[in-house]
Amino acid sequence: MQEFLQQMINGLSVGAVYALIAVGYTMVYGVLRLINFAHGDVFMVGAFAGLFAVTKWFGLVQAPWWMALPLVLITAMLICGVLGFVIERFAYRPLRDQPRLTVLITAIGVSMLLEFGAQHPQVFGATPRPFPELLPATAAAAADGIVISTVDIVIFVLTITLMLGLSYLVKFTRTGMALRAVSHRFDTAMLMGINTDRIISYTFILGSALAAVAGVLWGIKYRQIDPLMGLIPGLKAFIAAVLGGIGNIAGAVVGAFVLGLTEVMVVAYLPGGSQYRDGVAFVILIVILLVKPSGLFGKHVAEKV
Amino acid sequence: MIRPHCLLVPFALIVAAGAFVLISGCENDQSSSSGGGGNEIVIGHYGSMTGPTATFGQSTDKGIRLALDEINGAGGVLGKPIRVITEDDQSKPTEAVNAVEKLISRDNVIAVIGEVASSNSLAAAPVAQAAGIPMLTPASTNPKVTEVGDYIFRSCFIDPFQGGVMAKFALNDLKAKRLAILYDVNSDYSMGLRQFFTEEIKRSGGQIVADEAYTQQDQDFRGQLTKIKNANPDAIYVPGYYTQVGAIARQAKELGINVPLLGGDGWDSEKTVEIGGDAINGNYFTNHYSPEEDRPEVKTFVEGYRKKYNQTPDAMAILGYDAMRLMADAIRRAGSTDGAKIRDALAATKNFPGASGTITIDENRNAQKPIVILKFENGQQKFVTSIKP
Repeated sequence: MQEFLQQMINGLSVGAVYALIAVGYTMVYGVLRLINFAHGDVFMVGAFAGLFAVTKWFGLVQAPWWMALPLVLITAMLICGVLGFVIERFAYRPLRDQPRLTVLITAIGVSMLLEFGAQHPQVFGATPRPFPELLPATAAAAADGIVISTVDIVIFVLTITLMLGLSYLVKFTRTGMALRAVSHRFDTAMLMGINTDRIISYTFILGSALAAVAGVLWGIKYRQIDPLMGLIPGLKAFIAAVLGGIGNIAGAVVGAFVLGLTEVMVVAYLPGGSQYRDGVAFVILIVILLVKPSGLFGKHVAEKV
Repeated sequence: MIRPHCLLVPFALIVAAGAFVLISGCENDQSSSSGGGGNEIVIGHYGSMTGPTATFGQSTDKGIRLALDEINGAGGVLGKPIRVITEDDQSKPTEAVNAVEKLISRDNVIAVIGEVASSNSLAAAPVAQAAGIPMLTPASTNPKVTEVGDYIFRSCFIDPFQGGVMAKFALNDLKAKRLAILYDVNSDYSMGLRQFFTEEIKRSGGQIVADEAYTQQDQDFRGQLTKIKNANPDAIYVPGYYTQVGAIARQAKELGINVPLLGGDGWDSEKTVEIGGDAINGNYFTNHYSPEEDRPEVKTFVEGYRKKYNQTPDAMAILGYDAMRLMADAIRRAGSTDGAKIRDALAATKNFPGASGTITIDENRNAQKPIVILKFENGQQKFVTSIKP
């Protein structure tokens, strides 16, 4: 029982980070029907922005965490927000009227540009870098052999808060309403006088800023970042988004927690399971696509031919 | 709606991405003269200059270039200077194959040195074997590497020795009877060490209480470590690379695991301490040399390296240095740049005074060399003991 609870905590803290990335995937898909493969790399840039904010720009290594953490998060969010805007403006918007496949391939191109550009010695360099200890590494609560670290609590609380904030934004603001309208039917929204370009930019900025938070939290949790770090978490978050029904924000969050828990439970309780951790994640993707392509919470929408 | 000039931008982005790859790939390619026929001798080095095991390739290359300065300073071999062309394989087996093919067919090298990671050496060795170009790996310890063919050599010890030594050390010196293993399922090196460690533990009456895997992209090891913690081991063998070891040590401490971690030469990188921090202290690993060793060859090497690069060399640096010197010595003894003759000379190596220990190549083209056990204390590697084969 005690092991099970510890594994639950392990799974939830992995799931929380996936959730922050998955939301960006799902929001972009919602408005553009585009799988933005560069999203995992925006997450990576977020982690590096956090690193530089701590070590180079503000010199926060010695600062108390309640001061350092918000400053680092905001810096990373700003940088990634701008990056998300630039990617959409210059790589995707010119292709708005092109077939979806063209944009998808461009997305893969942007992803590779970021990954390999970042590995250049003049940019970030290829070797993994240690991420400074922003939060005290000590266990916040340890009862009966179960350990919950401060980092896990911060990640969990921050993810839930940001998700609540996001749902308020989407449900109760004018921009949120416009976003839902664009997501519902692009051309009609345009005819209703919604500035779709602006809403799309807005979506990219929002999604990228959340990915930046995920990047910084990842750095704090695992204390090591490198230019290819976005690859696997990006794919996992994509799976989470599909699992929850791509385009559905709440679905992506639930999907991320389900995926995080599944991965950890596979390691914990399947004999020899640690070898198949990633395998199971991709099997989930395939099964979902075969059995219920609209995901757990997605509505089935007939494609117009 | 389509504005044609806007299409240029993504196109330009892709071209820029391509250019990046080309620039970083061609950095070390100065010119393509022929290997032995011209007025210099050209040797290839393929290694992980970038990617997850980048410090391995970079350190090896530094060691090679330090040896090269000494060799060429003393007049080269066969009356000609040696030139080394370095080709990056991005720490990937597929790229290692490409790198060796390029070195052999484009640069006409007469011999190749490389790689550190056994998976990469295993991928590239058949290319060198088929071309009849001798390949000398400075640091790949998996036994399968030299089994590829009679042109493939190594100037380091092999994993049955390394895994066995650590197993005996755990049982006899640390008095650990219940052992857990956390290994990298993507790496031939890690899988090999796991196998030889397990065999020795079972033979000597110990017990493996947990055997967990991770993959090279993993950064979260809590699931595996929680399982290991509940198996209640006396020590945990982690035969991985430095990229993961620091993170594993940290997460183990966070989960309240206080038994020592044990590892192999894949731990040797400054990154292990940088990433692992305090959590790395109190752990042991087997290695090729210790900068603290009191031998004149070690001192000369460490001094020369500090002077040239202003840092303390790790094991990969000294192995690269020894491999380059051994290769030059073999060419001198062969008296020719012919592949078959260099091969014979390498195979006949006896008591070569390497800085990392005396090297004798056995009938399986592996080096017989002593091994050291090191312990991390205050973020420093402390010499514990040295064991002869």
